[in-house]
Amino acid sequence: MKNRTIYVVGFAVIALLVVGALAYGAANGSEFGGSDDAGGDIIADENGGSYTPWTHGIWGGYELPSETESFLFALQAAIGAVIIGFFIGYTYARNKFRVGDKEEIAAEKSE
Amino acid sequence: MHIMEGYLPWQWCLVWFCVAIPFMYLGARKIIQIIREHPDQKILVALSGAFIFLLSSLKMPSVTGSSSHPTGTGLSVVLYGISCTAFLSTIVLIFQALLLAHGGLTTLGANCVSMGIIGPAVGLLVWMLLRKANASIPVSMFFTAAIADLMTYVVTAIELTVCYHSSGYVSAFVDFMTTYAVTQIPLSIIEGILFAMFAKYLLNSRPEVFKIAEDRQNVGLKKSGKEESA
Repeated sequence: MKNRTIYVVGFAVIALLVVGALAYGAANGSEFGGSDDAGGDIIADENGGSYTPWTHGIWGGYELPSETESFLFALQAAIGAVIIGFFIGYTYARNKFRVGDKEEIAAEKSE
Repeated sequence: MHIMEGYLPWQWCLVWFCVAIPFMYLGARKIIQIIREHPDQKILVALSGAFIFLLSSLKMPSVTGSSSHPTGTGLSVVLYGISCTAFLSTIVLIFQALLLAHGGLTTLGANCVSMGIIGPAVGLLVWMLLRKANASIPVSMFFTAAIADLMTYVVTAIELTVCYHSSGYVSAFVDFMTTYAVTQIPLSIIEGILFAMFAKYLLNSRPEVFKIAEDRQNVGLKKSGKEESA
């Protein structure tokens, strides 16, 4: 199988799985509740009915506005994506110029 | 997925920190050593960390009222081993704990053990077994990434079960697993496919990367074998 076909099929399967999971979730009324919240409920059940966290961390009870939280998650994804993009571009240029060098050397030799 | 601030008794926070800190320290030392001795590897170390950054920010909702995200530790554990993965995961966990209130500083040790140590360690074991059985690199990478991801959630469920089990260990473990692990299965398959494709890309563009990684793993195995026989 050609590389391009593998990438196309791979991304298509990923897209199908993501859309499928979201559609299944929407049909069953799932929400972005946060596994932290769901985990907290089960901890309370397994702790005999209630649980009070012994610390709220350095920010105390302060909760970020949802827009800021989304922005920070996007920032985290962007940091990762920029580095991966840089690596792919760097590798592409490195391989391309290496091939170019080889051709130049071959041309010089034939001259 | 990560255990929230204040949700583990402080004694257990200490225990998990004691387990995680040696790995974090060794990982930091190893990364500094790799960058000093092989500056050309700097970009690959950054790439391994970038996958953890990118994938652990992609949250998906689930029917249990929770949300899950991939972990992205498959590539770094194959290329640089468990301690480096522990260190890179710690950077991401600190970012999330400080800025996103996702996870926490008191539970950093426990979260590092699940996401940066045991999950990736099982993934690495799968990688070595599959490579020994002559499986191709992309196929081995698929299973490594998917299993490292799944095991992260299983370990998180175990860490919580050890502390909270009023309905019995088995029932509590099943409850935590339903919240954390079951929603994770499609995500781990997605992560596996993504890493398999990236492994294919690396094989085409920089095939030496996996050769260096496997040589490093073999050297590690020989060293531990010698220590045992001595």
